[in-house]
Amino acid sequence: MQQLAVEREYPEHSRKFRKKAALLSALAMGLGQIYNKQYTKGILLLAFYAYGIFTAITSLPHALWALATLGETETHLKKVGRLYKQVMGDHSIFLMIEGLITVFIMLVLIWMYIASIKDAYRTGKLREEGIQPNTFKQTLSFVAAYRFPHIVLAIPLLGVVFFTVMPIIFMILVAFTDFTRDTMPPAHLINWEGLQAFKELLRNSSWSHTFYSVTIWTFVWAFFATVTGYFGGFAAALLVQQKGIRFRAFWRTAFILPFAIPMFVSTLILRNIFNGQFGPVNQYLGMLGISKAPWLSDPLWAKITLILANFWLTFPVSMLMIIGILSTIPKDMYEAADIDGASGFQKTRLITFPMVMFSMAPLIIMQFVGNINNFNIVYLLTNGKPLNGDFQFAGHTDILITWLFKLSMEQGKYNYASVIGIFIFIVLSAFAIWNVRRTKAFKEEEAS
Amino acid sequence: MITGKKAKTAFRLSFSYIALVILTIFCAYPALWVLMSSFRTGDALFSDKIIPTSYTFSHYTTLFDKHPFGVWYGNTMKISIASMILGTILTLLTGYAFSVFRFAGRKNLMSILLVLGLFPGFMSMIAIYILLNQMNLLNTHTAVVIVYAAGAPLYFLFAKSYFDTIPKSLVEAARIDGAGHMPIFFRIVLPLSTPLIVFTSLMTFTGAFTDFIFAKLVLRSPEKKTLAVGLFDMIGDRFSTEFTTFAAGCVLAAVPVTILFILMQRFLVEGLTAGADKG
Repeated sequence: MQQLAVEREYPEHSRKFRKKAALLSALAMGLGQIYNKQYTKGILLLAFYAYGIFTAITSLPHALWALATLGETETHLKKVGRLYKQVMGDHSIFLMIEGLITVFIMLVLIWMYIASIKDAYRTGKLREEGIQPNTFKQTLSFVAAYRFPHIVLAIPLLGVVFFTVMPIIFMILVAFTDFTRDTMPPAHLINWEGLQAFKELLRNSSWSHTFYSVTIWTFVWAFFATVTGYFGGFAAALLVQQKGIRFRAFWRTAFILPFAIPMFVSTLILRNIFNGQFGPVNQYLGMLGISKAPWLSDPLWAKITLILANFWLTFPVSMLMIIGILSTIPKDMYEAADIDGASGFQKTRLITFPMVMFSMAPLIIMQFVGNINNFNIVYLLTNGKPLNGDFQFAGHTDILITWLFKLSMEQGKYNYASVIGIFIFIVLSAFAIWNVRRTKAFKEEEAS
Repeated sequence: MITGKKAKTAFRLSFSYIALVILTIFCAYPALWVLMSSFRTGDALFSDKIIPTSYTFSHYTTLFDKHPFGVWYGNTMKISIASMILGTILTLLTGYAFSVFRFAGRKNLMSILLVLGLFPGFMSMIAIYILLNQMNLLNTHTAVVIVYAAGAPLYFLFAKSYFDTIPKSLVEAARIDGAGHMPIFFRIVLPLSTPLIVFTSLMTFTGAFTDFIFAKLVLRSPEKKTLAVGLFDMIGDRFSTEFTTFAAGCVLAAVPVTILFILMQRFLVEGLTAGADKG
């Protein structure tokens, strides 16, 4: 029946428009549009098509060669007359980036190509139904009215693609090469090595020992950093907001101080405060007759110091958020609890805590993820120290991200660093996607 | 009975005040200590007295005489303000597009952006460095601003959550009255979003103000350096010999941002809770 209805509406002989338009567009982008009498649009697309073909012919072979081989001629000395002259060879890294950019542009052009075929087909169908195709002006106003989010998102997304996505792809590619300081272009060529770096890092005992130990500490650190910051903030919020406390604004401002001071300043200050020899903390301990603590020089103490400093830095944010949530809890819940004779502790445990947890849960997970990656505090406070002789270029307090930094920026082992980067990325994405999918901002849209 | 309850309350309150005072000291101590150190005579980190006996202003003048501190300060302000303006506009637009419009692939795009936002920037620094090199932008402030602003929209979720709380009926009513997308955004949505705008601006401003890893990589010559890089290099080079000068630098760097944060407290709480409430 369905089939019949279609047949009746579009008899076979009048279905030529859409087919022909789509075919013409498949032949060359824009032809179908011109056939549909959308001349300006067609000519514009045709121009893009010409550009695309031009790029494909001129750069694609080179780009594919570059990506496949990463360069073939090494920089070498060549005898010119009686002198040796340096001849620059291929620069593997530039070749890789240029290749990536070309492939990106080609993908965009292919996407446009498919879209233009679809568009020609759709316009052809409209013509069969006797509807005039949009003029160029109409097309523009249609785009402005109904494609607004796409236009608005185009600029930020372009930036993200260029400065985030492409570098990430580049980094992933590096993990499969032998890119280290010793093979630094342009003096040397880089080669594809497959899974060599992964194998080295995960199987070679001295490297894998470092990798597993640092991973465990990263998670332990992230757990304690998140929990202390959150409960510290909770306690501070309850303390400030409880009934009968005066000068609330003053206390709140005082507690925000650690958050308000730029982090690089406060962390550098804390590093000096906990200085084992000259720092004031040990000085005061000395005055009280307590022996000095090796705040930053003993592995365990350094870890504790790190968590303590992080607590100082992060509890104000949690406090601010929890104060905000506390003000949204309906008063009558507490009044009802008072009538039932609940103690203050019971009220906190049974009303306040669950209400705050409900709102904060997704944020706590995001903070945990952020702490796995908390480069700044570790780098600025301990710089991974104290050193560990058993580790490959990592200290006792190094987390994955600082180890990665040291491997790439200080040791020049870019391929190993990239492997760690991929590992961090997988762990974080898993957490983030799982978390994001569960938050209200996503969920409430299922209904709408 | 009543006196018992009163005594209990008094006990609870006095205990709370003691806790509050201890916490205040804990929070304010590092700032006060650096402030004291910056006025102390001598150069050393070590001082045998808690409260210094003699004061000097010379460390502050040293900053400007021996170090190009004024230049660093100007650079930092220039970079931070430019990144703040660009980054905030991009972030607000991204959040708005995701909050108000429904289009194909929207949810996937949001997930992708969120995951990318978790990706530590400097992991891809080598690639960015090469890209900037190709564009001839190394050792320029433009490069830093572009990279900071381009990264800002990854943190669109707060903006989106905030825009979600603005009643849809308002936007629809304006649309029925014939207002275009841009006028709706600028005339209706933005004026209702002051806490969000303040929050986003503060975050992008401080982000650019305090970042030093990327700035350190890109900005090579001394006259291009930012505060964070300059101060970091200062204690990196001559750790204990110039400590009090470093302290003075810290004070000058921290005071404006700190004051800004304290003044903007109300907006911070609102901005943060809008995000917290909606995740």
